[in-house]
Amino acid sequence: MVIFSVYVVNKAGGLIYQYDNYVPRAEAEKTFSYPLDLVLKHHDEKVVVSFGQRDGIRVGHAVLSINGVDVIGKNTADGKDTLEYLKDAANYPVSIRFGRARLSSNEKLMLASMFHSLFAIGSQLSPEVGSSGIEMLETDVFKLHCFQTLTGIKFIVLADPRQSGIDALLRKIYEIYSDFALKNPFYSLEMPIRCELFDQNLKSSLEIAEKAGNFGAGS
Amino acid sequence: MTVHNLYIFDRNGSCLYYNEWNRKKQAGISKEEEFKLMYGMLFSIRSFVSKMSPLDMKEGFLSFQTSRYRLHYYETPSGLRFVMNTDLSVSNARETLQHIYSNLYVEYIVKNPVCDSTHSLDSELFSSRLDAFIRALPYRI
Repeated sequence: MVIFSVYVVNKAGGLIYQYDNYVPRAEAEKTFSYPLDLVLKHHDEKVVVSFGQRDGIRVGHAVLSINGVDVIGKNTADGKDTLEYLKDAANYPVSIRFGRARLSSNEKLMLASMFHSLFAIGSQLSPEVGSSGIEMLETDVFKLHCFQTLTGIKFIVLADPRQSGIDALLRKIYEIYSDFALKNPFYSLEMPIRCELFDQNLKSSLEIAEKAGNFGAGS
Repeated sequence: MTVHNLYIFDRNGSCLYYNEWNRKKQAGISKEEEFKLMYGMLFSIRSFVSKMSPLDMKEGFLSFQTSRYRLHYYETPSGLRFVMNTDLSVSNARETLQHIYSNLYVEYIVKNPVCDSTHSLDSELFSSRLDAFIRALPYRI
């Protein structure tokens, strides 16, 4: 039972804090000989698998490293284009590691703003009067919980679907925010949160929530 | 336990079917705009979820909930999307939506040579059977 990450979004929709508590890295490293039976393509500054799912390598997985050396964007560490490198038979046999691509901070900013808008649309399309925005979004591998304060700040937590006590955790994170970010005289409102005490306290309350599985009020 | 409304979208985004049973608040925009907004929201949610997900997903986005209603989503492999809004007491309507697809949509629309499933579904039999099915659910309308 795990909490994956925490995001804090300000009232304009900009991401002001992000913390990854647990990032499961399902990676597969395999040695290949020429020709490569997977079809790769460029997508969003990365090289991803577009066809040829097998052995733990799925469509959408990105090339993480070649022969143990991490790739940088579309190029290998030497600066050569990855697809060109893999088309050249002289470079084989080659060992390639595939896995889910880690989100860059730019991507996280965009996703947080996307959620900010989706939250509002969820409220607009409501068939019932007086609905809030999206408070909980469920998929088969994670649940996203969102708490919006009266001032428009959103606290978003991604957790395992079976994890309980997230509502209390969200209230606790709000409490930590008001104690260690708002009461910090050097912190400006709506700006990215860079307060050590906020980080420390957030980490410890996430640990407590994961262990307890059920976070009690007043801890 | 209440069902508010149901939308069926095809894979290009056009709304094939819409019906409401217990809707207390309209969206404030025309029906056409509402369908486009609903489809757009679902498209964005699916893309958001696939990027955000820490692990590889099999089924993807299932449902979301607000303080007053819950939206359930089911997509067939052919890209047909079923969206149902209910109140908060319904935790999982996936089987209901799968039943609507396999026992109502496939039976009365796909198997009907006259029905063109790319345009708005105007089979009266489908509408009346769907209505009867929804009203007969253990959910109270």
